[in-house]
Amino acid sequence: MTGPAIAAHGLRKSYGDKTVLDGVDLTVAEGTVFSLLGPNGAGKTTAVKILSTLISPDPASGRISVGGHDLAADPQAVRAAIGVTGQFSAVDGLITGAENMLLMADLHHLPRREGRRVTAELLERFDLTEAAAKPASTYSGGMRRRLDIAMTLVGSPRIIFLDEPTTGLDPRSRHNMWQIIRELVTDGVTVFLTTQYLDEADELADRIAVLHNGTIAAEGTAAELKRLVPGGHVRLRFTDPAAHRAAASALREATRDDEALTLQIASAGSQRELRLLLDRLDTAGIEADELTVHTPDLDDVFFALTGPTRPAGIPDQPQETAR
Amino acid sequence: MSSLSLAVRDCSTMLRRNLLHARRYPSLTLNLLLTPIMLLLLFVYIFGDTMSAGIGGGDRSDYVAYIVPGLLLMTIGSTTIGTAVSVSNDMTEGIIARFRTMAIHRPSVLVGHVIGSVLQAVTSVVLVGAVAVAIGFRSTGATALEWLAALGLLVLFALALTWIAVGMGLISPNAEAAGNNAMPLILLPLLSSAFVPLDSMPGWFRPIAEYQPFTPAIETLRGLLLGTRIGDNGWLAVAWCLGLAVLGYFWSASKFAGDPKQPS
Repeated sequence: MTGPAIAAHGLRKSYGDKTVLDGVDLTVAEGTVFSLLGPNGAGKTTAVKILSTLISPDPASGRISVGGHDLAADPQAVRAAIGVTGQFSAVDGLITGAENMLLMADLHHLPRREGRRVTAELLERFDLTEAAAKPASTYSGGMRRRLDIAMTLVGSPRIIFLDEPTTGLDPRSRHNMWQIIRELVTDGVTVFLTTQYLDEADELADRIAVLHNGTIAAEGTAAELKRLVPGGHVRLRFTDPAAHRAAASALREATRDDEALTLQIASAGSQRELRLLLDRLDTAGIEADELTVHTPDLDDVFFALTGPTRPAGIPDQPQETAR
Repeated sequence: MSSLSLAVRDCSTMLRRNLLHARRYPSLTLNLLLTPIMLLLLFVYIFGDTMSAGIGGGDRSDYVAYIVPGLLLMTIGSTTIGTAVSVSNDMTEGIIARFRTMAIHRPSVLVGHVIGSVLQAVTSVVLVGAVAVAIGFRSTGATALEWLAALGLLVLFALALTWIAVGMGLISPNAEAAGNNAMPLILLPLLSSAFVPLDSMPGWFRPIAEYQPFTPAIETLRGLLLGTRIGDNGWLAVAWCLGLAVLGYFWSASKFAGDPKQPS
């Protein structure tokens, strides 16, 4: 394959007069994890459905290619290159886990013996060997999701779409899923991941695009996105109002919050900056009850880019703190 | 492998899936089997004496012979309600979305349902037939060829109704609606020559009963098993079956080829 694994230009989709995707451009390099991040209803699932040939884009969309094949001209070739694990599990609940896997092996036209081997290996890898003979409808959420991914992997797809793979999973299952995704990337698979969890995108993705109101609000690496919202600061908290007042007069550049008895000092959180600050506090004889360092995280980016108004608790813009 | 053999392989894979479903969860099929068997017993043992007078004399055993062909076809109608319901149910499953994103022969999903349902319908017909024989149904000197033709007609009829039922399942928003939409498939036999002869019906109604698919099929089956006159009914029945099967196939395939319904 030459060129990117996924390239979409001007992706559009509307239902009636409701526009879900309003001209989205996406490029995903081969062998990388790309995360489409956005709140519920932003259009993430619609994007996955279109790129995985499940639904057709609006005619006004530009050229879309997946795995080097044109989506409109040769959807069957696209399907042969991809694997999809949707938000709602795509397993057949009426039959057993092993039967689900063999169904996939047959639909990928694997020879009988190879189908059995691949199936057994994947069931083992995803810790489902014991449950293999039970109907999939009896599986827990985490097990269903694992079976779902295992089924997706039967055909060894080079591009995998994971639509909110960890939504509704407990923390352990979630970390297991992350480990699975990392292993896929190690094998050279391209992963297109949608999520509403920022830490998940931060943890896994090489590049992140924030989808908001049907358009890409920002795109880049996690570090690049965080630089968009300079919200890094050190926060001092006091219990004694007098100490709070004294500290505020010593640290004139700090933003003070008299109700919470806190001071906020803009800082990138480097060791040198922290030492300078601590030295100043010592010199002024100030002892805060709590000192915390805040680096901007994707949450800040997310809220800044997608919120109509920033909810409480998000640091103010730098011009106020850096006074 | 050629694309035809791949298509055949996908169809047989999907058939295996549907047969697994039917074997694990036979309750729907068995429930639908109850209706024709109950009607058979009801019309023979409860209404039998009166009804047999309606077919121009004869006793109860003559009436058994009269209604069995209609009931066998009604059994097929009843099984296909199950088809509509299970297709509609299936379409809401995530696995269907997965199938749509795989490089498989797309209609195989439907073909699997259809062949599975036809096999179930034939099994049901054999079971209802066995009950009929148990309560005294006997063919009057049908030759092996006529038995074969009767079986062929039943399979063709099942194929036709099943493709229509698959289409009904595809356009129904949920299983209940699918069951309701497919209801005519079991009600139509009541408006045919299954239970009473056409000439006993009021004149204005007779054309309705005469020109619907069940009546020619019933008359043909009667002719094959009981030696009554078939006339044009044989060709009419085959034409109806082929027409409905082709119509149902293209209708269903086009419904399935489009974008899936947007879950609201």
